[in-house]
Amino acid sequence: MLVRPATSWIVPAALVGVVVFLVVGSLDSAVFAQQTVSGLANGGIYASLAVALVLIYRATEVINFAQGALATFTTYVAWQLISWGLSYWEAFVATLLIAFVGGFVVELIAIRPVERRGNQLTVVIAAIGLLILVEGATGWIWGNGIKFVPSAFPARFYHLGGATISLQDLGTIGVSLASVVALWAFFQFTKVGLAMRAAAVRPEAARLVGVRVSWMLSLGWGLAAVLGAVAGLMAAPNPSYLLQPTMMDGVLIYAFAAAVLGGLESAFGAVVGALLIGALLNLLQSYVHWVTPQLLLPVAFVIMLVVLLVKPSGLFGRTRVRKV
Amino acid sequence: MGALLELADVDARYGPVQALRGVSLTVGDGEIVALLGANGAGKTTTLRAISGTVRRSGAIRLAGRPLGRRGPESTARLGVAHVPEGRGTFSELTVWENLRLGAHVRHGSLKADFDRVLEYFPWLETRRSQQAGTLSGGEQQMLALARAVMQRPRLLLLDEPSLGLAPLVAAEIFRIIRELNEREGSAVLLVEQNARTSLAVAARAYVLEVGEIAYSGRSDELAQNDSIRRSYLGY
Repeated sequence: MLVRPATSWIVPAALVGVVVFLVVGSLDSAVFAQQTVSGLANGGIYASLAVALVLIYRATEVINFAQGALATFTTYVAWQLISWGLSYWEAFVATLLIAFVGGFVVELIAIRPVERRGNQLTVVIAAIGLLILVEGATGWIWGNGIKFVPSAFPARFYHLGGATISLQDLGTIGVSLASVVALWAFFQFTKVGLAMRAAAVRPEAARLVGVRVSWMLSLGWGLAAVLGAVAGLMAAPNPSYLLQPTMMDGVLIYAFAAAVLGGLESAFGAVVGALLIGALLNLLQSYVHWVTPQLLLPVAFVIMLVVLLVKPSGLFGRTRVRKV
Repeated sequence: MGALLELADVDARYGPVQALRGVSLTVGDGEIVALLGANGAGKTTTLRAISGTVRRSGAIRLAGRPLGRRGPESTARLGVAHVPEGRGTFSELTVWENLRLGAHVRHGSLKADFDRVLEYFPWLETRRSQQAGTLSGGEQQMLALARAVMQRPRLLLLDEPSLGLAPLVAAEIFRIIRELNEREGSAVLLVEQNARTSLAVAARAYVLEVGEIAYSGRSDELAQNDSIRRSYLGY
């Protein structure tokens, strides 16, 4: 049974407060505006991966710790395709297709047999094993050095007031949000999308109307891998990430924090959480002199812990009341 | 004319507990058959054995085709709509999404089917975008029937459709079941605790007792047999 939280006005009020803070700050200071936008670009990357986590969590109540490693692997695939001579967008599309098939197959061979015999804990352990395996395979195939992936967008900058905003940052925000919106539309308007939602919320009832639930789970892993690939491709050209086998390890933590902040079951919440974390951490780093980049990951952890302690259902999650 | 559904010597078990012992029954094309018995007699398990949600052995045939080891997904594709206990409502989804799911195994336009559903349940039109979990119990039961109609089933398995409903609402549900049977031609296997009402709706009935068929026969005969009525049907 799902119950809406009673204090539903607090969350919208807090969000409006944050937005007002960001807008007023940006109008007041060019540096603030610049840092907000590049923070939102980080947030866009977190958002794609966070929604991938939510997608799998909703279906199986398991956090896929291998999501980041899979995203890095697919980004290497894109690098490989580009170095073989494909244009950027050809490689982009091909990588998304490969990611989809890859995610589907990984669920089929690595997760499904474990899930059938075990419980959620065994699936989590399988996911952690997958993380180690995929990260190891990435280093074994492509080496541990940094590879250079070109940006999807030309190095162009816009001057707005005193602020300089890069097309790369705007494009990252745009592509990340567009992929999330496309996924939402798929779930909302297609027959398969609806069947996936039904399989996630009521697997038994879904089977009775003819939904092949186990295929829906594989499909979910495929779609999650596509979102991960988008996140990886947006991150790789950004100097604060750069393509290496551990590229998405940190991103996974931010995405996890974002998903928890958003409520774990809500894709919309994950996006909002990711943009908030992206923007606020970047501002924190710019304005609080003792907050160095090394401290940002712990801050993300603190956010996650505070959310879990104070409001485990997050900003947009619903409290689960179990009838005993 | 052969039976639409035929169970021959079907056993089913939950782990070490044997729930069905050598159950044999038939449902004819377009027929309403009631499955009666006390709590724990195996009524629900019989339905679950047919749709494949419980492990079973013995022969189950639908229109002559063995259902064998098929899971519920495949049984649904063969034209069996199973409305389980608790109605199988997707309470997180909207009314309209529930109906779309009913038609999951079918192809083509939903418009004609939805129009047909509205003939039985006109109130669904204005409640399309309402979250299904916020409907009342009776409305949810009607939604479950509507979802089954969207599937255009040859056989409808109904598990306790009147459970927890006020008598007037329950009567309305039974009226709709009869109408569905007459107009859509779907055969119905009806599991009920409410023996009197189901015997009034069904042509034939089986009485289950601890996993075995104890009696079977025409509804009017069962209803008139005092000893069966007192021992098994409890009214």
